[in-house]
Amino acid sequence: MTSQPADLRVIRARRSFSENAWRTLKTAPFTAWLGMIIILVYAIAALFAPWIAPFGESEIVGKQYLPPSAEFWFGTDQIGRDMFSRVIYGARNTIGIALATTLLSFIIGGTLGVLTALKRGWLDQTISRIVDAFLAIPVLIFALMLLAVFGKSVLLLILILALLDSTRVFRLARATALNVVVMDYVESARLRGEGTGWIIFKEILPNILPPMITEFGLRFCFVFLTISALSFLGVGIQPPTADWGSMVAESKTLITFGRAQPLIPAACIAILTVGVNFVVDWFLHKTSGLRE
Amino acid sequence: MHPVLRTVLQRLGLGLLTLFIVSIVIFMSLELLPGGFAEAILGQGATPETVAAFNKEIGLDRPAYVRYVEWIAGVVRGDFGSSYAGLGGSIKRSVTEMIAPRLYNTFFLAIVTAIFAVPLSLFLGVMAALYRNSFYDRTVNAVTLTTIAAPEFFIAYILMFIFAVKLRWFYPTSTVSESTGFVEHLYRAALPAITLTLVIVAHMMRMTRAAIINLLASPYIEMAQLKGIPNREVIMKHALPNAWAPIATVIAFNLAYLVVGVVVVEVVFVYPGIGQLMVDSVSSRDMPVVQACALIFAATYILLNLSADIVSIITNPRLLHPK
Repeated sequence: MTSQPADLRVIRARRSFSENAWRTLKTAPFTAWLGMIIILVYAIAALFAPWIAPFGESEIVGKQYLPPSAEFWFGTDQIGRDMFSRVIYGARNTIGIALATTLLSFIIGGTLGVLTALKRGWLDQTISRIVDAFLAIPVLIFALMLLAVFGKSVLLLILILALLDSTRVFRLARATALNVVVMDYVESARLRGEGTGWIIFKEILPNILPPMITEFGLRFCFVFLTISALSFLGVGIQPPTADWGSMVAESKTLITFGRAQPLIPAACIAILTVGVNFVVDWFLHKTSGLRE
Repeated sequence: MHPVLRTVLQRLGLGLLTLFIVSIVIFMSLELLPGGFAEAILGQGATPETVAAFNKEIGLDRPAYVRYVEWIAGVVRGDFGSSYAGLGGSIKRSVTEMIAPRLYNTFFLAIVTAIFAVPLSLFLGVMAALYRNSFYDRTVNAVTLTTIAAPEFFIAYILMFIFAVKLRWFYPTSTVSESTGFVEHLYRAALPAITLTLVIVAHMMRMTRAAIINLLASPYIEMAQLKGIPNREVIMKHALPNAWAPIATVIAFNLAYLVVGVVVVEVVFVYPGIGQLMVDSVSSRDMPVVQACALIFAATYILLNLSADIVSIITNPRLLHPK
C-alpha cells in the first residue's frame, strides 16, 4: 500500500494588509466610495494648492466682483482676487485648522478620559463634574464668549475649540474605556505587573479604537462646521487668509444681485461634511455589525 | 412623598445647581481678560486716567466674589448691568434695554419654527420607522443626512437666492422693528424660520426614527403583536406610553439645537435677534452684553433639557405605579 501524501492543498499565505484593505473596499457601498473620493479630492486640493491654483492666495488679478469667465472660473471677489484660487487655498486653511483642532481635542479628551476610567477616585469625580458644567453650554455660544474675552486669532481659535470639544471626546473615551477596564485581560495585565502606559496603549486603546475613529470623523465635521460658522460670523479665521466661511461672508452681497458665487465656498463646506458622514456611516455599520 | 414628585424635585434641584455653576463659569470668563483690555476697548486715545476710570467702572478694583454676587443679584432682578458702549460717555446704555426687544424677536422666530418643525418631524420620523427600509425611508434618510451636514448659512443663502432674489416671494433681509405688526412680522420672519425648520426637522426626524425603531424592537411589543392585538392598539396602548420619554428628549434636544442655529440664521437674514446682538458684541468686545446673551442661551438650553427630563419622569408608566 503506497502511502498517499496527507494533504496536497496549498495553504494560502496570510492575506497582506493591502489585500485585506482591498477586500473590504470592494464591498463598500456606493455612498462610502463617493465619500472617499470626495475626501481624496479635497486632500489633493489642500496638499497641492500652490501648484493647482492658477493665481496666488491674496493676489489681486482683476476688477472687483467680476462674473465667472474663462480666465476666472468663479469670478473675482470684493477686492479683485480670483475666487477659484481662493477656494483651493481655502481647502488647505479651513481643513488644516479643523484637523489640527480635532487632533488636539482628541489628545486632551482621549488621554484624560482613558486615564480617569483607569484611575477613578477624586480626579475622575472632579474632571467629570467640570465637564458636565461645560456640556451645559452650547459650544458655539461658549466659543463666542471666549473669543470676545481673548480677541480674534487663529491659534486661540484652535485652542478654545479644542478645549471645548475635548469635553465631548472625554465623555466618550471615559464611557468606552470604563467597559474595557473591567475586562479580565486588563486585570491580568495589571497582576502581571504591567505599567500604566502598557495597560493604556496595549490593552485599552486597541479596544476602544473603532468607536473613537468614528467619533473622530463626526467631531471633525462638527469642528469644521463650527469654525466655518465662526469665520462666517467674522470672529473666526481672519482675512486675508482664504477661508470658506469668511469668503461667504465677504461676498454675500452678491446674492441679492442674483449671483450665486457666494454659494460656491459654502457648497465646498457642505460637500466635504457630507462625504465624511458617508464614510463614517459605512464604518459605523462595519464595526458595530449592525444590519439595520 | 410620592416617588415621582421626589424625583422631579431632585431633577429641579440638579438643574438649578447646573445653572448656578454655568453662571459662575460665564462670570469667570471676565477674570480671564488679558491685561490691557481697557486700552483695547477704549482705543488708542485712552489716557491713563480714563483707563483707571474704566477699570473702576467695571469694578476690577474689588474682589471677584463681591462682583459675582452683585452681578447675579442684578440678573435675578432682570438687570444685566450697563454696556461698555456707553462707558466713558454721559449716557449709560442698560444691557436689559438692549436685549429685551431682541429677545422677543428671537423667541418669536424660535416658537414659529418649533410650531411647524415639531409635528412635521414627528410625523416623518414615525412614518420612516414604520415603513423602514422602504423607498420613502431611504430617500428621507439621504436628504436629511445632507441637510445635517450642510452649514446653516449654506441652506439659508440657497433659500434666499431662490425665494427672495429669483422668485421674489420674500424679502432678502428680515428687518423688523417694534412697530411691525404680527402678520407682517410673521411674513418677514418666514425665510429664517423655513431655514431653521429644514435643519431641525432633519435632526429631529432621524432621532425620532431611531427612538421608535428601538422601541418597536422590544420584546413586550412583539409579545403584544403575537397575542394578536390589532396594530393600532399595539401602538396606542403599548408603544406610546413608553415613547413619550424618548420623544420628549428628542424635541428638547433639537429645540436646544435651535438656540445655536438661530445665531447664524439671524446674521444671514439681518434679523434683529439676540444672536446677532451677541455676534456684534463679540466683535466690539462688549463683555456685559456678551455675558448676558451667553447666560440667556445657556439657561434656555439647560431649561429645555430639564423639562425633557421631567416629562420623561412624569410619563414613565413604571414610576407611576410603584409597587
